Amino acid sequence: MLLSVENLCVSYDKIRALHNFSFHIDEGEIVCIIGANGAGKSTTLRAISRMVPVEAGSKLEFMDHNLLDYAADKVVSQLGISHVPEGRRIFGNMTVMENLKLATFSRKDPDQIERDLGRVFAIFPRLEERKTQKAGTMSGGEQQMLAVGRAFMSGRRIMLLDEPSMGLAPLLMQSMFDALKQINEEGTAILLVEQNARMALKFAQRGYVLETGNLVLEGDSKDLLGNPEVKKAYLGG
Amino acid sequence: MAFFLQNVVNALQAGSFYALIALGYSMVYGVLLLFNFAHGDIFMVGAYVGFFVTTGALLLVSTLGLVALPGWVVLVLVILVAMLITAFVGVAVERIGYRPLRQAPRASAAITGLMIGIILETGNLALLGATRLSFPELIQTTTYTVGGVTLTNKRIMIVGVALLLMFALHQFVQRTKWGMAMRAMAYDFGVVPLMGVPLNSIAALTFALGSGLAAAAGILFSVAYPVLNPYMGITVGWKAFVAAIIGGRGSILGAALAGFLLGFIEIFVAVIFASTYRDLIAFSIILLILIFRPHGFFGEAHTSRLRL
Ligand SMILES: Nc1ncnc2c1ncn2[C@@H]1O[C@H](COP(=O)(O)OP(=O)(O)OP(=O)(O)O)[C@@H](O)[C@H]1O
Ligand SMILES: [Mg+2]
Repeated sequence: MLLSVENLCVSYDKIRALHNFSFHIDEGEIVCIIGANGAGKSTTLRAISRMVPVEAGSKLEFMDHNLLDYAADKVVSQLGISHVPEGRRIFGNMTVMENLKLATFSRKDPDQIERDLGRVFAIFPRLEERKTQKAGTMSGGEQQMLAVGRAFMSGRRIMLLDEPSMGLAPLLMQSMFDALKQINEEGTAILLVEQNARMALKFAQRGYVLETGNLVLEGDSKDLLGNPEVKKAYLGG
Repeated sequence: MAFFLQNVVNALQAGSFYALIALGYSMVYGVLLLFNFAHGDIFMVGAYVGFFVTTGALLLVSTLGLVALPGWVVLVLVILVAMLITAFVGVAVERIGYRPLRQAPRASAAITGLMIGIILETGNLALLGATRLSFPELIQTTTYTVGGVTLTNKRIMIVGVALLLMFALHQFVQRTKWGMAMRAMAYDFGVVPLMGVPLNSIAALTFALGSGLAAAAGILFSVAYPVLNPYMGITVGWKAFVAAIIGGRGSILGAALAGFLLGFIEIFVAVIFASTYRDLIAFSIILLILIFRPHGFFGEAHTSRLRL
């Protein structure tokens, strides 16, 4: 098991965002978490990245490491867990190249960095064309590519993706998921969070369904796609 | 004309001090959204550190009977050593005073800064007493007159060193990965850890850089006005703070230019009006600038930055 989360509880001030959420991902797997607005999907990813404090009793393990022993930057630099945050959050004041370089801040393997950069440019040729452009002036789709490319540069064991399809036209969305598939086939596990449940379930092997902080269903994507409850609530009938 | 140029020269010197100090205010604000109100006193600490390093060095030379280095070489070494030591003081201020307050309301950090400033001033007074120290003269003043304008080697040195340091800072921020991390933090603090960048190290670095520049300003100031006192940082510090604001919070270029602008406003107001009116009129002008440009010349209306 690559990542195992047990009884994850997170509260913001007094609001419970997640209640005893347990799930896991195996090496090389693609897993998705679906749910409506405010279900706690982003919070789950933030908890793994150690960006929000978790409550006592929560267990987060990554390859035999207790995630709670790691600060947010070490989760990325020492464990190789990368995170494409909700809303892209690229550094608009810096160039595309600087955004990619910054993601390697703590890496000490210059040769591998060069190869990874080559991979990112092979997967997203548009980024290479726009290397010296200020990231903030790129289109939404290009910024999304940069957000994924940046995560690729920062760590490669597992990628946490928070709504990578948001704001993308259908064609671009398809090519984004093709790119993610490629990244996955090269050995990176993917934990995908999506509101677009159909897209997510088609892409992932397994899925979890969250409802206001509680796990209500889990299973193989095929089964979830066929599940009448899921159909009714998340797939539009 | 010569009279005008003479005042330009004076303004450049005054501006050098303001600009160097303003950079520290602005960088810390840009990276941590925090006004370090102890920064003027870091300038004072830098001057004192410079004093002790110089006295120590001179003592060492005389007791060991070493061949004395030329004064300007000693001065350059003193500036570098004092910058380094004062950088550590700045890092300590961040670590002890501000880091525990990262999540606290803004006002707490501001009050802490003011208190740290008072501690530095009165601590100095307690340790060294009320006698004013006189900064040793490392280089003899040489005066040149060019077309009616009087220049001294010290003035040229002060402005030159200040410009050199600003250029070095610019290169650092634009070209190194640490500078890149600082820019990233200024843009969007919340996601920087996701890049594998340790926030605390970058915060400490920012304080170190700002404090080092303040120390350089302190020593250059002492070369021009060699009498030190524990409160020497207050007025200069507040003026530099104002320069950081009109430059645009967080803008390095803005802070440097506004530092010089403040020097020019001050000197030329004193030329035109009675010198007792200098600060009154200079700050009225600045107030007007802020009314029309509330974010300063290079600042952006700060988007409230999100945390992840
Ligand atoms: N910083 C915060 N402070 C307070 N409450 C928060 C914060 N972030 C999230 N919440 C609350 O926690 C709950 C879960 O939020 P979360 O962002 O995880 O939802 P989500 O499933 O990602 O939703 P969406 O699909 O809209 O992105 C929501 O009720 C939200 O209002
Ligand atoms: Mg979300």
